[in-house]
Amino acid sequence: MSTVATPRQKLSRDLLPSAEPLQLITPSGEAVPGGHLPDDRVLLDIYRRMVIGRRFDAQATALTRQGRLAVYPSSHGQEACEVGAVAALRTQDWLFPTYRDCVALVARGVDPVETLSLLRGDWHLGYNPYSHRVAPQCTPLATNTLHAVGLARAAAIKGEDAAALVFVGDGASSEGDTHEALNFAGVWHAPVVFLVQNNGYAISVPLSKQSAAPSLAHKGVGYGVASMLIDGNDPAMVYTAVQSALEAAQAGEGPTLIEARTYRIEAHTNADDASRYRGEDEVLSWLARDPIDRLDRYLTARSVLDSETRTRIADEAEAFASSLRDRMNADPMLDPAVLFEHVYATPTPALRRQAAKVVGP
Amino acid sequence: MTAVAAEPVTMARALNRALADALTADERVLVFGEDVGTLGGVFRVTDGLAVRFGEARVFDTPLAEAGIVGTAIGMAMNGLRPVVEMQFDAFAYPAFEQITSHLAKLHNRTRGRMELPVVVRIPYGGGIGGVEHHSDSSEAYFAHTAGLRVITPGTPSDAYSLLRAAIECPDPVIFFEPKRLYWAKDPSPLTTGTPLDAAVVRRPGTDVTLIAYGPTVPTALESAEAADVSVEVIDLRSLAPFDDATVCASVRRTGRAVVVHEAPAFLGYGAEVAARVTEQCFHYLHAPVARVTGFDIPYPPPMLEKHYLPNVDRILAAIERLQWDDTVELPDA
Repeated sequence: MSTVATPRQKLSRDLLPSAEPLQLITPSGEAVPGGHLPDDRVLLDIYRRMVIGRRFDAQATALTRQGRLAVYPSSHGQEACEVGAVAALRTQDWLFPTYRDCVALVARGVDPVETLSLLRGDWHLGYNPYSHRVAPQCTPLATNTLHAVGLARAAAIKGEDAAALVFVGDGASSEGDTHEALNFAGVWHAPVVFLVQNNGYAISVPLSKQSAAPSLAHKGVGYGVASMLIDGNDPAMVYTAVQSALEAAQAGEGPTLIEARTYRIEAHTNADDASRYRGEDEVLSWLARDPIDRLDRYLTARSVLDSETRTRIADEAEAFASSLRDRMNADPMLDPAVLFEHVYATPTPALRRQAAKVVGP
Repeated sequence: MTAVAAEPVTMARALNRALADALTADERVLVFGEDVGTLGGVFRVTDGLAVRFGEARVFDTPLAEAGIVGTAIGMAMNGLRPVVEMQFDAFAYPAFEQITSHLAKLHNRTRGRMELPVVVRIPYGGGIGGVEHHSDSSEAYFAHTAGLRVITPGTPSDAYSLLRAAIECPDPVIFFEPKRLYWAKDPSPLTTGTPLDAAVVRRPGTDVTLIAYGPTVPTALESAEAADVSVEVIDLRSLAPFDDATVCASVRRTGRAVVVHEAPAFLGYGAEVAARVTEQCFHYLHAPVARVTGFDIPYPPPMLEKHYLPNVDRILAAIERLQWDDTVELPDA
C-alpha cells in the first residue's frame, strides 16, 4: 500500500505527489527495501522525544480532568509528525504550530508549563516566540500559513539562512488562507514547508466531506508547489521528508507541501465524544500502526534500542511529567494589570483609566 | 517638525511622497499590494516607487487581501515594516480575520514581545461615482477592535505627516484614505512630527463644535463658513484612539456638538463620539449631540449617492436644530 521513498535529494521536487504514501519503516518496524533511512542516532533522539511527548500529552490530559487546564487537544498518535518534523528544523528555522501541536513545542524545547499557558488560561501565550523561533499556536485555523509565508519571504529579502515550517490539519486545508498561502509561497518561491497532518477528522467531519481531491498533497500542484504524500506514522519518513523540503527551501528551490497521513487516537479534546462519529475498530486499526512502537521495533532490531535504554528514556519521560505535574499544581500568578499593558506599545489615556478601575490607580 | 515641500500638492501626491520618504529613511519599509508596482496603484499613490526602490521593496502581489495582510504579519514578525494597500474599502473585507484576530492581537497575545508595525492603507468613502463595493466607509469595523490604530487624514499635509507617523509607529495602523480627497490640493508644507493620536481644531469658533474626519472635513469647513453662528471645526484624524481631550475642551466651550460622517448612523463612529461627549460634557451641553451621517442603507449606486452623502444643507439643518431658542414649544400635556 505504500511506496518506497527515493533518495532524499529526489524526494521533494515533483509537483505531483506519489499515488500512495511514501514510507521508510513499515508498521512492523522493518526498513522498506531501497529506502535511505536517517542515522540511528537521529532516530533514537526522535524516539526519545516521542516517548517524552506522549507522556507529556497524557499528563496534560490528566491535568485537564483535574481542572488544571481549561481544555487540551491531544496529539496522541501523531507523534511521528509532531517530533519528526521538529527534529528536522535547525535553530534558525521557524515553526508555526496549531493548538494541537503542544508535543511539537515541547520537542522544540519550549518550556512545558509555558506551552500550556493558553490551555490553562492564565494567558493567551506563555512563551516568547523569539526564544525558540516558535510562532504563537494558531487557533483560527490556517491563518498561520500566511504568517509563515510572510516570515519566510522576509528571511529571503533579508538574506537570512532561515526557513519556516507550518502545521495545518486536514480540516484547515479547506480554509481560504491555506490556498492563498500556497499561492503566495509559489509565486514568491518562499522558503516555507507546509505540513498537513491529515488525521482523518476535523473534529467530527471526516476527510470524505472535506475534500474530493485525490489527496490533500495534490492541492500543491495548482499553485506550482512541489508536493509529497507520506506515511505520517513513520517517524523516519516524516523526518526525511521535512528535512529534504527544508533543504530545498534553504537552497532557494521554493516551497513544499507535505501531506502526512496519520490518526488522532483521542477525541478532538476532552470536551468531545468521538464515539458519535467513529468506531472503535477504526481506532484499533490505527493503534496497530503506532509510531512509537514502529520506531521501537526498528531500533530494537538494529540493536540501537535495548531494555536499558528504553527504561532510561521511560524514566526521563516520567520525571518530565512529574515535574510538569508539580509545576502545574501551583496556581499561576495572575495580574489583571497585564490586560491593559500590551494592547498598544504605550497604553492610551483611556486604557490607563480603565486599568485603574480594575487594579487601582 | 521639518518642512519637506512648499508647493501645493494633491493628497495622492502627498501620500506618494510619504511612502517614498519612508522607503528612503528606513530600509525595513516595504510597500506591496494589488497593482501597486508597475501600475503605481489604481489611484497612483504608489506611482514610480517600484522603479525607484526596486521590485524587492515595492511589488505587486496576487489578488488576495487576506494573503496580503497575512504575509505582512509574517514579515513584521521577522523585523520588516510592511505598508500594504487594500485597493478599495470593500475589498479589505477578505482580510478582516487577519486584521482583527492577528494584526490587532499579536502584541497583546505575546505580552509585548512581538510588535507588528504594519500599515494597512485603505482608500475609502464615496463621492467619486464608484459602482457597488467601491464606496464603503468601513472605519467603525476596525475602530471597534482593540489593538488597532485607525487614522484618516482630511488634508494633503496631514496625509503626508500622518502616514509617515503611521509607518514609524510600533502599533498596527489602519490608514483610511478619503478617496474623494485624493485630488484635493493644499498649500501647506509637508512636514513630519504630527502626533498620531491628536485631533486638530481646523477652524476656531464659539457657538457649536462640528466634529468631522476624512472626507467630511472639507464639507464641515464649508458648512462652518455658511452658518449663521460661530462654528468650530474639529478634524479627528485619529479615530482610534479617540482624542477626548481636544474634543471635550471644545464642546465645553461651545456647549453644542454635531458629528459628521459618511457611514450609516446605526452603531456608526458618530454614536461613540456622541456617547463620549455626553458622558464627559453633560453639564455643558445645551442640546443633545447631533449626528449627520449616511443613511442606514447599503451604499447607493453612483447616480443616487448625492442623496446619501452628508452635505452643507444637512449639516446646517442639524446646527439649526440644536435648541438655540429656550422658548422652544413643548408638546401638549
